[in-house]
Amino acid sequence: MATLEIKDLHAEVETEEGSKEILTGVNLTVSSGETHAFMGPNGSGKSTLAYAIAGHPKYNVTSGSVLLDGEEVLEMSVDERARAGLFLAMQYPVEVPGVSMSNFLRSAATATRGEAPQIRHWVKEVKQAMGNLEIDESFSERSVNEGFSGGEKKRHEILQLDLLDPKFAILDETDSGLDVDALRVVSDGINRYRESGDKGVLLITHYTRILKHIKPDYVHVFVGGQVVESGGPELADELEESGYVRFANKKEATVQS
Amino acid sequence: MTESTLETSGRDGLDEQAGGQRNSAAPPRSSRGHRFTSYDVEAFEVPGGREEDWRFTPMKRLRGLHDGSASATGSLRVEVDGSSAAKVETVGRDDERLGTGGAPADRVAAQSWNSFTEATVVTIPKETRAADPVTVTVHGPGRDSTAYGHLQVRAEPMSEATVVLDYRGSGVIGDNVEMIAEESARLSVITIHDFEGDATQVSSEHAHLGKDAVFRHFAVTLGGDLVRVNTKVTFADRGGDAEILGVYFTDGGQHQEHRLLMDHAQPNCRSNVTYKGALQGDSARSVWIGDVLIQAAAEGTDTFELNRNLVLTEGARADSVPNLEIETGEIAGAGHASAIGRFDDEQLFYLQARGIPYDQARRLVVRGFFGEILQKITIDEVRERLEAAIDEELAAVGV
Repeated sequence: MATLEIKDLHAEVETEEGSKEILTGVNLTVSSGETHAFMGPNGSGKSTLAYAIAGHPKYNVTSGSVLLDGEEVLEMSVDERARAGLFLAMQYPVEVPGVSMSNFLRSAATATRGEAPQIRHWVKEVKQAMGNLEIDESFSERSVNEGFSGGEKKRHEILQLDLLDPKFAILDETDSGLDVDALRVVSDGINRYRESGDKGVLLITHYTRILKHIKPDYVHVFVGGQVVESGGPELADELEESGYVRFANKKEATVQS
Repeated sequence: MTESTLETSGRDGLDEQAGGQRNSAAPPRSSRGHRFTSYDVEAFEVPGGREEDWRFTPMKRLRGLHDGSASATGSLRVEVDGSSAAKVETVGRDDERLGTGGAPADRVAAQSWNSFTEATVVTIPKETRAADPVTVTVHGPGRDSTAYGHLQVRAEPMSEATVVLDYRGSGVIGDNVEMIAEESARLSVITIHDFEGDATQVSSEHAHLGKDAVFRHFAVTLGGDLVRVNTKVTFADRGGDAEILGVYFTDGGQHQEHRLLMDHAQPNCRSNVTYKGALQGDSARSVWIGDVLIQAAAEGTDTFELNRNLVLTEGARADSVPNLEIETGEIAGAGHASAIGRFDDEQLFYLQARGIPYDQARRLVVRGFFGEILQKITIDEVRERLEAAIDEELAAVGV
């Protein structure tokens, strides 16, 4: 069993007006086998949390700790974090012109597995994974994410999730911009990953609709850069009913108390 | 600090006609396409560095090639290998074939024209297909020595050949290269400027295309302290097709300048120019000037020019200036694009977030940047040599 522990995490971002604190003390523990939905209004810092864990250079962690099975993730380089078993499905996947999807996937698999996958087995593996996500085979010769539609990019994020098979997956608004069919295909992919073994999922989302496909074990409400309330799936139902209004002032209350 | 400039200009019609021939009057400043040419050095003023044609060039590093002070103190060693189908000659200055590809358009080119003692002429005879590439290796005269050279590659009607022009060594070099594709010939020339770090080269390339000729040119610039290459393509008859590609990798302290002119004087010709460069290190400097002139008679012209630069580190500077002069509206197409981009942290982050180590991610991005253009080099050894050179460049700085 693996655990991902986030302890009192503070992070800031450089803006034109100077540095601005976005994460104001995040505490959360995800164990393998669990799916945590992480919900909050726009601007609450959900994506910042995802990027800070993955090590994006734009976000500066000022204090706190992120432990993967007791190892300090914050001391690792971006690629070391990925090889240690963390995966971030990005909200806006980056285009890399001139690098073919197949070359990219194979390079990534070689890095995370520690050895190059055997070519015959690999080709079959990729083909099947692409088929599951209803991705046309022609995509493997296209440049990474270049000219992909929003939905195609999201499918490819989940394709990578499938092939790289991390211990923990952070899915940053993977549901945004998807039509009903694409949402189903992508959700099925995420569920296959969850069922493939002892996997931990941190599902970041603004809306509850993806939770109809992916049942969370825990729901956290994130406001003002910290978790203000945690509960079971019923918390998502409440958000569906009444939105974030009840939580909007909660951070202040917490701070004042 | 990373600096870059990007200038674009375009004009339609109404350029005054002037110049273009031997010893004619200087053209009006407004046109960059109509260019004065002469075989006489003194017909050109000594450039001071402020002139349009010289404003990007560090004049001191020309080692006197531009002001007459660089007398020949050494010579170029030229070796020609490869296809037996090609005829190779070493000829004197009086050979009447010399100069038919084009006349000097600046003072250094005129100086080189008047200073070489012997020229190499490579001829692909009529209706001959040279199956293997012809390799012309030009060795510089050695550190602090100066030499002038002249090369002519002539593909006679309906012949077909690929020529690799491989510059190596060190010294100060001024030369003219004529690349002549006669009627319906298919000529490819790959030019590799792979000098030692001290070398200075100012090269003027004159491509001359006959009726329905197909010309492919691939410039590769890696070495040297200063390399400045002028490439002019003249369409002498209708139906010519020129694809002019280039890659450069400019390191700290290097100045690499590529100046292109596609002179469309005849109808129904096509030109496509694509240059890509990567820069890294302190005071790495690249200049790309892409001029296209579509003269009034050149109806049905189809042309596009593109330059992209990838600035890998702070302290490097790229200048990119495309320029299009159009004197007829009856064309198939004309366009240009130019860009200077920083090495993209987001791309690196994305690749690293999938476990790919930093150095490998960097190589993937740079190879990707050059990839589509390198794939157009059909000679495997040349392409592999280039890929290896690029990897080596990246490893050397390891930023």
